[in-house]
Amino acid sequence: MKRTIPFFIASITGMFFVVAYFIPYTASWGEDKVAVWFDIVASIAVILGSLNLLKMSLKKISDRRPGWGYAAITVTAFAATLFVGLGKIGVNPSEKYPDFAWSGNHLENGSAFWWMYQYVYYPLAATMFALLAFFIASAAFRAFRAKNAEAIVLLGTAFVILVGRTYFGTVLSGPLPEDLQFSALTGTIMSVFNLAGNRAIMIGIALGTVSLSLRILMGVDRSYIGSE
Amino acid sequence: MYEFLRDLDRRWIFLLMLFAVAIPILFEVRFPETPTPLVRRVFDAVENLPEGSSVLMAYDYDPPSKGELEPMAAAFTRHCALKKHKLYFMTLWPVGPPMIDENIAVLNREFPEYEYGRDYVHLGFRPGNEGVIKVVVNNIRELYATDVDGAALNDIPMTKNLKNVQQVDLICNVSAGFPGTKEWVQYAATPFDIPIVGGVTGVGAPVLYPYIPKQLNGLLGAIKGAAEYEKAMIEAYPQLGENEDAQKGLQRMGPQLVAHMLIIGLIVVGNVVFFIGKKRGA
Repeated sequence: MKRTIPFFIASITGMFFVVAYFIPYTASWGEDKVAVWFDIVASIAVILGSLNLLKMSLKKISDRRPGWGYAAITVTAFAATLFVGLGKIGVNPSEKYPDFAWSGNHLENGSAFWWMYQYVYYPLAATMFALLAFFIASAAFRAFRAKNAEAIVLLGTAFVILVGRTYFGTVLSGPLPEDLQFSALTGTIMSVFNLAGNRAIMIGIALGTVSLSLRILMGVDRSYIGSE
Repeated sequence: MYEFLRDLDRRWIFLLMLFAVAIPILFEVRFPETPTPLVRRVFDAVENLPEGSSVLMAYDYDPPSKGELEPMAAAFTRHCALKKHKLYFMTLWPVGPPMIDENIAVLNREFPEYEYGRDYVHLGFRPGNEGVIKVVVNNIRELYATDVDGAALNDIPMTKNLKNVQQVDLICNVSAGFPGTKEWVQYAATPFDIPIVGGVTGVGAPVLYPYIPKQLNGLLGAIKGAAEYEKAMIEAYPQLGENEDAQKGLQRMGPQLVAHMLIIGLIVVGNVVFFIGKKRGA
């Protein structure tokens, strides 16, 4: 029963969208009405996800497992963000509804949530992304080796793209015919070789998705429900 | 020398990268740019719309990708405002609304005549990823009853008669990943034949090429795309040549050039060290 009911829910819902897509009379069901279900389920999933995060982190802290300090920071940050966000701490009522204390935008300039976003999340997230430049440079020196023919092709392509995406490429290949200049070669690599490769991958993924979807809808593949 | 390079502490490489980025920024090093046909297509899509057209500004990015995407988002906003288009801002990313606020700040600063509710509206964020696109493309009222500040859409002149995204003349999407340009193409632009242009990160651009030009009118890839778009705008609107804010992409191509050269140099040196080591049997 634990596996049969979820299977029927998944199968019927999936079939519903397939029918809605292919039959014009039912098109609006899938496109409009039922799509809102997705948002409702997604909203509930956020709650489940949050509770799961708390459960895992609190368990880690309680067991004093390695890295429990990070889990403590996660729980503290989660609780603080939730509190100031839901409580709209420091948010003024909107001009339109001045009598309703919580009518303002939670991201209003000067509010606690805005402050956390501006001075905690923003710099931390930007720093993490910026660090990529340093690690890419280090990886370029240590890992990008011309060990075999495939690696040489990759290196050559990387060289053309790296140079072709800057003014240096224009200067370097300036005297050459237009078709052989780095910017033109970059364009060719992106719009011929890259396009063909990506299109092949996309078609492959699409066929695989159709195949897997049919297996799930027919009940042949029930691995997504979990083990008995 | 070989031993030094073989055992090189990676912190030296980090230091080199710091200089490669910092020096061009400090000295404001710039290089000329020429818009490529792909960027021209994006520019023309906005430019050729009749004055006062409706444009959906779907800005799906966050602070980590802001350095790469903000110049093109600002360029889209600025270009649309120069053409007096009506702008509907929305985002599928939870941390997207402040990014939109920064673009609205561009409007407030450079186009004081632009009035909220009459010329632009900020619809904010809704959860649900591509599910949101599927709904708003048919009936925006199912998910959006109010704007970002809680004002009813029925009370806002621009949105009073807005039923769905099919009513807009163009979608301008700036995206740092999922959900983003690919989803807007798949669930809105292609099924309902809505013109769309995109601006994405360098790593996000290659996967979008299969959609160009039939499903995606044009694409700006990374800071290079933004710089070329800014150049195209300066050519069409020479007054922007005096606006430093309208040249952020062009400014950032300086550090990009030096950083790219450094990476090429490191690859070459790394390979030289590798082959010498191989020869010596190390």
